[in-house]
Amino acid sequence: MRLSAVLFPLLALLPALPGQANDGARLYAQNCAACHGERGSGGIGVPLALPSMRALTTEEYLRRTIRHGRPGRVMPAFASLSDAEVAAIVTHMGSWNPGPPARYADTRIVGDAANGGKLFRNHCASCHGANGEGGKGTGVTLSRPREQTIIAPALHNAGFLASTTDQQIKAILTKGVAGTSMVSFRQKGLKEKDIDDLVAFVRGFEKSPLAKPGAGQPLPEPVLAVESPYDLMTTVANLKRAAETNNFIFIREQTLDEGIVPAGHENRKQQIVYVCNFGLLAQALNTDPRVGLFLPCRFTISEQAGKVTMMASNPKRLSQIFNNSELDEMCEQLTKMYLTIMEDATL
Amino acid sequence: MNPLRHLRAWLLALALLAPAAHADQMLIIRSGQDFEGAMLTLQNAIAAKGYTLARVQRVDVGLEARGYKTDKYRVVFYGKAEEIAALAEKQPQLMPFLPLNIAIFAEGDQTLLATNRPGVLGEFFPAPELKPVFARWEKDLLEILETVREAR
Repeated sequence: MRLSAVLFPLLALLPALPGQANDGARLYAQNCAACHGERGSGGIGVPLALPSMRALTTEEYLRRTIRHGRPGRVMPAFASLSDAEVAAIVTHMGSWNPGPPARYADTRIVGDAANGGKLFRNHCASCHGANGEGGKGTGVTLSRPREQTIIAPALHNAGFLASTTDQQIKAILTKGVAGTSMVSFRQKGLKEKDIDDLVAFVRGFEKSPLAKPGAGQPLPEPVLAVESPYDLMTTVANLKRAAETNNFIFIREQTLDEGIVPAGHENRKQQIVYVCNFGLLAQALNTDPRVGLFLPCRFTISEQAGKVTMMASNPKRLSQIFNNSELDEMCEQLTKMYLTIMEDATL
Repeated sequence: MNPLRHLRAWLLALALLAPAAHADQMLIIRSGQDFEGAMLTLQNAIAAKGYTLARVQRVDVGLEARGYKTDKYRVVFYGKAEEIAALAEKQPQLMPFLPLNIAIFAEGDQTLLATNRPGVLGEFFPAPELKPVFARWEKDLLEILETVREAR
């Protein structure tokens, strides 16, 4: 018998090997803990360890969520994990709460989506957004009071819709999610038929995906660059003034290599000007605490072969690595502000 | 080689070949250390990989001075002198991304670190001569972040 004929069936058994639980803990620590907490207490991501989460969501929902992520809502799609690794992570998450995970039939729920839409506007839109786009902000870090455990999820989201089932949505609407703001709509007076109508309305989001800003357009350039007609130091002075005119506060000016080369050996033909609009900064951090990697706002001014150029990393391009639609909108505005400042500096 | 030893070798090879589990273009890790501890570990890990710490931007201090409530939030800048000089000379469009940086912020008694995967720069700047530079930065960064993640 060829060795591979023995090995492949054995490898297929790997998810069931005793090491799976440990692998799940390790994989969870590597891939999930940063956002969801070491033991699922939540943070940027939702608190996965809530007993009500275990009681209401199926393991298949969790596996699909890891696979599909939540486009535009920070949670990435973990395409590089194997099925066995995804299963190990989900098994590990199950270890936080006793009892079996939820199970639902796959049967679709038939309801009056038009009536569901009216109910959605009355009962759901205030938290989940008028179009089901989800609550604002990202996780507890900087975004909201720590006692508020969860931001209303985006229901009008391809990842959510591909992961959940009608019966799971119905169960959540019926029972609520203890430990979060999601209440039982049966207790709030909705009848079972109303809940079925709401499920039909939410499922209908599949037919009308939310438009993604910039979809179909070419990727923006990673760097904004404007040539200056002035010498280097005049350009730096103009840029500082233009930033202040556009409601940014000047923070500091330094060479590109300051702090890295010994004092006195800096290259004075490569300058950085840091500026900040603190209101915008606070808003950006509330929208996504990871945004610090392109903080504070900066312009690089360099002189090469007698030509002076102002440059900035393009927020509109950078925001695309964050998988956060709310941040995309802010960064589009920031790109316009950067260009305005650089153009003003050349006047 | 007997079949069991062969199987073990196969499994070991598979484990080593498994791609580092990173989901997207961002790298984010959680440290069990508090903010001050994680910051110290980070700075030591950066130095251990041969980089110089350029400076630390105290984002939280600026925000609080203007009345905004925030957790501790800093941005650490680091680089290598010769590398920055050479890249700025030959690839000036890279300058807005230099020195490299890592955002570090408190979440309760733990600390989060976030930055972009240096490989992302390869999508921005596809020049073949930059590929090994970005690959080296990514390898170093992953090791730096892993050091901070594992520190207790």
